[in-house]
Amino acid sequence: MSLPSFPIADDPGPDFAALARRAGLTPAPVGSVGTTPFEVTHGTTCVAVRYADGVVMAGDRRATSGNLISHRHIEKVFPADRHSGVAIAGAAGPAVEMVRLFQLQLEHYEKVEGSPLSLEGKANQLSQMVRNHLPAAMQGFVVVPIFAGYDTARRSGRLYQYDPTGGRYEELDFASTGSGSLQASTVIKLGYRLDMDRDTTVDLVLRALFEAADEDSATGGPDLIRNIFPVVATITADGFDRVGDDDLRTRFESIVEQLRTDRGGVESGGLS
Amino acid sequence: MTAPFYVSPEQVMKDRADYARKGIARGRSLVATVAEDGVLLCAENPSRTLRKVSEIYDRIGFAGVGKYNEFDQLRIAGVRSADLKGFAFSREDVDARTLANQYAQMLGQVFTHEMKPMEVEILVAEVGHERAADQLFHIRYDGTLVDETDWCVLGGEAEAIGERLAAAWDGAADLGAALRSAATALAGPDRALRADELEVAVLDRAATRRTFRRLEDDEVDALLVG
Repeated sequence: MSLPSFPIADDPGPDFAALARRAGLTPAPVGSVGTTPFEVTHGTTCVAVRYADGVVMAGDRRATSGNLISHRHIEKVFPADRHSGVAIAGAAGPAVEMVRLFQLQLEHYEKVEGSPLSLEGKANQLSQMVRNHLPAAMQGFVVVPIFAGYDTARRSGRLYQYDPTGGRYEELDFASTGSGSLQASTVIKLGYRLDMDRDTTVDLVLRALFEAADEDSATGGPDLIRNIFPVVATITADGFDRVGDDDLRTRFESIVEQLRTDRGGVESGGLS
Repeated sequence: MTAPFYVSPEQVMKDRADYARKGIARGRSLVATVAEDGVLLCAENPSRTLRKVSEIYDRIGFAGVGKYNEFDQLRIAGVRSADLKGFAFSREDVDARTLANQYAQMLGQVFTHEMKPMEVEILVAEVGHERAADQLFHIRYDGTLVDETDWCVLGGEAEAIGERLAAAWDGAADLGAALRSAATALAGPDRALRADELEVAVLDRAATRRTFRRLEDDEVDALLVG
């Protein structure tokens, strides 16, 4: 392999995806294959909530193929770069690949240009990647991400929700994606307050994922036996910071304890 | 039709080398040293925007002296090569030695085959998890590749700066001490360099993933005072 060099008029600039295409590293677009001949592994509920210092992102750990659980501890929330994160729902294979390319796209831009993209620029980049994925989405490999980050220019957290066509929608309070997103976003909607602190926000997203897992079979709840907890991360001026599993366990235990006390069980007639 | 004058290959090479050396000598020099907490890259550079020192990959840094547009073009080619390799294989598979070889080939090719050699001297540095694993590859305008240990000087005054640096060299130096000896060696006996005349970056041994970090003026000031 020699150093990649291009004639000036034909230079890919800071665009890593274009560079990878030139090097023959990105897969050919999916043509028409009719109906999918196999079950596609899917990942599900992810949420992002804005709070006083930035945003909290969270996602459950389950991946399913049809009615089977195919993975118990996959991750769907990733750092995109120092000040932003991306969460994915949909066909797991292309989604994880999209995240890998997206992360590299941001890093490559920053290194080639000498300064990072603006948060808006990053959100637009992801929009283009989802848009380019549309032919595959039409074949059943839908990928719907959430993008969230701390805008260092505006000094606040910002959230973006997407649709499978690459439509990009900025949300002010919270965003959700995946099969359990209806339940999760209802919980967040009821508990959301302006400028919440970190603790309250983390508890709120955990409760939202808990309720989503309670109603949606494709969303995994906390697994206290195997010690598997959702991926929860805060993104603030200090960067992307993942919340530790010990902390999450304590928080889940208190949620479960509270529900046990409040709702009772089958014997006492409480089963909501 | 007139026949072209015969010029001996020795003369051609010598002329090209002289040309490249003159171009490089016009710019200011740069020092890289290995320290306890990482690899320090320190350039004399009054510009805040046109960088001589930059990031290539997780544990790999780049530094260049000479003609800016030429070494910047090499820098971008290096970033592209490293990112493509990391994407095709794994981040662990990207190493400084391969990159240094690619640079050497490219510079050697240009030196022998093109009208004008590149007026640059570059450095590819990799920080290891232990000090013994640090690598400094010095590549000259003609593609000569040298694997340096402990420290390396690039630029027109490399010899004089190297002598001063060798005298001050301390194997157990931390970042501050390494920066002070680098800045003193670059400045020479008659002057002192201020933070805003230096461009300083470090490949931080303890950092995870991307280890390259630029030091801002106030941080450089604090370290220079010691």
